[in-house]
This record gives sequence, C-alpha cells and structure tokens, in this order.
Amino acid sequence: MEPILELNMLTIKNLHASVEDKEILKGLNLEIKAGEVHAIMGPNGSGKSTFASVIAGKEDYEVTEGDIILEGEDIKELAPEERAHKGVFLSFQYPVEIPGVTVTNFIKTAINETRKAKGLEEMPANEMLKLIREKSEMLEIDRKFLSRSLNEGFSGGEKKRNEIFQMAMLEPKLAILDETDSGLDIDALRIVANGVNRLRSKDNAIIVITHYQRLLDYIVPDYVHVLMNGKIVKSGGKELALELEEKGYDWIKEELV
Amino acid sequence: MALKEKLLSSFMAFEERVNVDEELHDLRSSAIKVFEDKGFPSKKEEAWKYTSLNALLKNDFSVFPKSEVNIGIADVKRFFIDETDTYKVVFVNGVFNSFLSSTTHDGIDVCLLSSALSKPKYKEIIDTYFNRIASKDETLTSLNTAFACEGAFINIPKNKVADKPIEIMYFSTKNDSHLWLHPRNLIIVGEHAQVQIIERHQSLDNDLVLTNSVTEIFAEKNAFVDYYKLQNDELEANLIDNTYISQQAGSHAAVHTFSFGGNLTRNNLNFYHFGEYIESTLKGITVIEGSQHVDHYTLVHHAHPNCESHQDYKGIFGGKSTGVFNGKIYVDKIAQKTNAFQQNNNILISDKATINAKPQLEIFADDVKCSHGCTIGQLDESALFYLQQRGIPKKEAKALLMYAFGNDVIATIKIPSLQHRITKLIAKKLGVDLGFNL
Repeated sequence: MEPILELNMLTIKNLHASVEDKEILKGLNLEIKAGEVHAIMGPNGSGKSTFASVIAGKEDYEVTEGDIILEGEDIKELAPEERAHKGVFLSFQYPVEIPGVTVTNFIKTAINETRKAKGLEEMPANEMLKLIREKSEMLEIDRKFLSRSLNEGFSGGEKKRNEIFQMAMLEPKLAILDETDSGLDIDALRIVANGVNRLRSKDNAIIVITHYQRLLDYIVPDYVHVLMNGKIVKSGGKELALELEEKGYDWIKEELV
Repeated sequence: MALKEKLLSSFMAFEERVNVDEELHDLRSSAIKVFEDKGFPSKKEEAWKYTSLNALLKNDFSVFPKSEVNIGIADVKRFFIDETDTYKVVFVNGVFNSFLSSTTHDGIDVCLLSSALSKPKYKEIIDTYFNRIASKDETLTSLNTAFACEGAFINIPKNKVADKPIEIMYFSTKNDSHLWLHPRNLIIVGEHAQVQIIERHQSLDNDLVLTNSVTEIFAEKNAFVDYYKLQNDELEANLIDNTYISQQAGSHAAVHTFSFGGNLTRNNLNFYHFGEYIESTLKGITVIEGSQHVDHYTLVHHAHPNCESHQDYKGIFGGKSTGVFNGKIYVDKIAQKTNAFQQNNNILISDKATINAKPQLEIFADDVKCSHGCTIGQLDESALFYLQQRGIPKKEAKALLMYAFGNDVIATIKIPSLQHRITKLIAKKLGVDLGFNL
C-alpha cells in the first residue's frame, strides 16, 4: 500500500520579502502541520509583523524570492481576500477602526463573502444569530458590543478579544496571531487564550507571534522559533521560550557567529 | 441676445401676463433691478470663486415653458417616496399638476404659492412672510424673486403636527427650448408645529435645464422642521438652490442634502437665528463622478445666546468631478454659550477629482464652543486590507468603507422609506449591492 503523502498546512521555503525596496525577510523557512501551534519570537525589527503581513497578502510587501504553500497550493499570487477564502486568518496587532460598520454586520459580510466565493448560499439569519451568540459568549463579549461600530472606541484588550471573536466565527485553517497579547491584562489574556485554545483542532494550525513568554503559558506551543534578521535562526520546543525569557536573545546571536 | 438681456426683456413680458397686486409688483421691480445692476455672479466674487456659471450661461434659455405637458403617473411614480403615504405638490415645467398632486387644507395648508399670493385669506401671511428672509441683494435670489409666481406653499399652524411627510416635486420635460425654471417655495411652521418635507427636482429627459430656486422657511418658536433635498437629476440638469431659514426661539430645523446627480449644483443654505435655544442641523452627502460639480455654500448666523448648530458634510468624488464646501459660521458678540460644530470630510477616489474646502468661522463672542474639522483624503489602505483579510473582496471593501463614511449623515434621516431609498441609491452609485442596512 502506498503511503499517503502528508501535506503540510503551511510550507515556507526561502522566503525573501521587501517593503519600499528594503529587504525584511531574508530567506525564511518554516513548516507547519495541521493540528500544530507554532510560536514565533524575536527581537524588535526582526521581521515578525512583516512575516504575518506577507502571509496574509498585504500589497505593500513584495515577495522577491521563495514560496508560500498552503495545503499544497502556492498562494504567493493570491489577493488577501482569496487567501482568506482558503482559510488564512490574521489577528491584527493594531486592529483598524471602521466607524459606521457594526461588528455584527462586518462579520456577517465576511462570512457570506467567503461562502459566496465557495459557491455556497448565504448563511441563514437564524443560524448566523446562533453562531454569533455562541462565539460571543465563549469570549465573554457583551451583546451590546456587537452593535457598536467595529473597533471604534474599543480598548486595546477589547480590540484583541474582538479579533479572536472573528476568528471563532470564521473558523480558519491557518490563524496567525500577531502580538495578540500586547495591551492585555491578565484577565483579558486568560479569556483570549481560552478562546484560542478552544479553537485548536487537528484540522487547523496556529502561528502565535509574540514578544513575551507569558502568552505561551496559556497557549502552549508545539514548537518555538526565533526570528532574527529576517530568518528563522533557531527552533525548539516550548522550553526554548522559557530560555529566551531568562537569557534574552544575545546568546543566540553569539551561537550564530 | 445675451442671456441677461433676454431675461430682462422676458421679465417685462412676464409682468404683463401676471395679474399682480401693487405690493408684489414693487417687490418684483426692486428685485429685477438688483439683477440688472449686478448681473450674473462671476468667478471674481469670493462666493463664486470655485463655481463658474460661464459655460452654462452661454446657452439660450427660455423662462416661458411650453403650454401644459402631459405626463402620467407611470412616468414619474419611481421618483416619489414609495411605501409612505405623503402629501404631494407637483409641478411640471413650473406649472402645477393637480393630477399628480395631493394637496390639503385640512388643518394644514399644503398647496400652491400662486393661490397664496392671490387669495385674500392668505394676504396676512404673505405680508408677514413672503420675501422676508430671502436675500434682497444677492443677484440670483433676486432674479428668482422677480419671476416668482409659483411653487409650494406650506403653512402648518400653531401646535399642528403634519400627519404625513410632504413631497415637493419639480419635473421638467419635453420643452422646445432650454428651460430656465424659478420655483419659489414658502414654508411657515407655527409655534410648536412640526413638518417633514422632501424636495426634489427631476428632469425626465436629457434636455438642458437650469433651475434657480428660492425656498424660504420660517420656523416659529419651538417649531420642528425636518427637510430633505434629494438631488439625483439627469446629467444635463443644473440647479442653483437658494434656501433661507429663519428660526425663532426654541425651534429645531434640519436640512439634509443628498447630491448625487446633475451637471452643476450649487446649494446656498442659510440659517438665521432670532432667539435663544435654537438648534440648526445641516447635513449632506455628495457622491459624484464624471464631470459633475457640486458646491455647498452654507451659512449659520448665531445672533443669540445658547444656540447650537451642527454641520456634517461628506463627499466622495470620482472621475474628474469637482466639489466645493464653503461653510460660514458667524457668531455675534452677544451669542454667548454658542455651540457650533462643523465637519467636512471628503474622499477622492480618482486622481483627477478636485475639492476646494473652506471653513470660515467669524466668532465675536468669547464664551462659546466652536469647532471645525475638514479632511480630504483617499480611502484608508489599512482599513481596506483589514476588510480584505476577512474575505471581503477589494471592490466590496471599498464600497463598504465609502458607505460607512457617509453613515453619520444617513443615520439621521427620520423617514424610514427615504433612508432606505438613499441607502440603495448610494450603494448603486458605489456599484455594489451591500446586502444589508448599515
């Protein structure tokens, strides 16, 4: 019997990316399988947010070399919405305020546009309502919140919680959480991490980009990678995060020399 | 013959036709004299710096429409606010059309200016209000006054609440020559009375037409006036709207202007305060493209203490369209505790569109809160990316952002069916079916 080739959820091969002619990612390699949680840590300016934006398809960034392969498909040429339809989700570090569009209407539009792209009918109203209720309860989001303008006047923590609410509603295959813990107090952190953990499954994968080890106590990663100068320079298990917390990044720089 | 000369000689012919009383004759004569002295506004005047009438005025216009044009309800049904029972005052080429109208004298008067100007029972009202707030030295307003004979007359007596919104419709069609229309509306809302009015000018074909209209609105003490101007005319239609609102103590007057159509549109909107605790609201959304031009020229004159004004104009400009916003706020020395807020936000969606925005605040009182904000920009790229990342395609994302941009102004439309219609119109103009009511 032929062994079934196991596709990675995400394969990144020698990725080089620039913004305004400045190269930020300089040959990044990464392999992520379904069911896994990978943490990406690194000093400021290492390229962590660039990495997130490039996978999500932000047009300011130019991929000059390398591949981004999602479930066997090269997504380099796809527009952000097309990548979203294929199951890519980015929880933004700085979620944008969109006055005039309510949280509810926003998520309804997002869900239905994705369904439309897949040739499906719009989600029936009662099903949508049920889903919204379920997921907002899971993230302890007050119903009143849902009729407010998206992110307008939200505190940092509220914005992040709203990002994870959207993640829960959209059920992505690959979620990239860009510094989701920044600006969160312990309670908010617990709620957000809880939400993320409940979304983990053997069919999806999560990339947690973070500065601090603290989040990884709650969202326990399978692998930890260090991103430095646009490349992944070291990978390990969750203990690596603790080591970084203790020793900083200098010892890695020395190791590389 | 140049247009000015033609209009002056047309006036003489007009005066002969109209059966007019002494006072009205004097009023009209003074008015035509103002126009004769000043002529048409030119770009050299500050108020017309960004709006040139030259090209338009090179055309030959006639102030005398062809005799009664026959149009049926089927031709115009789509322009009325559906699903809402309304009073209607309908004119075709400046002539009242009783068949399409639905007037009343039951408790309130919704009828014709020509009746009000000729019937003895209205004489006192006319003497008290007619031409009392409209400018007497502005040239185009004066030109309208000289020819004013027909339009809507709405009188809501003290304590009465108009039970239905009133639609004032001016249609133009099938005229042999280019029409110059001069509708004149007179609206009186008594103490504690309330009214909702929707005004629309609509050409039914592609003929060049110019409407130079004057609307006088008198809001007595504690009156509520909710006025909506829907400007979605054909691309050959031009509109110069001169609206003057006189407010007494405690009154609330709101004017929403939606400018989507027409070739050249100039909205002169003026609010005057004659008491304390007055509220004035001026809101607008402009969505234009191609070679369209829309100029909003507003004035709020705070002359008494404790009054509030709130202005919010949003514009989306595509193609090589041009927009102007000139918002003047005068606060007299005695107008302490004035709260005047002015906001003008514009988005350019093409490289060739242009906007000129000029907030003008002249404040002579020292205990006031006056703020103004003006922005001109493009769609927020990071907001667009956020929407795309959630699976919303770029085109829909742009439309959603533009729609959301206008939301503050749409949200305050108090007639649900009108709000729904404006929502759909904007969505259509943005080229997208958004599928939900923001």
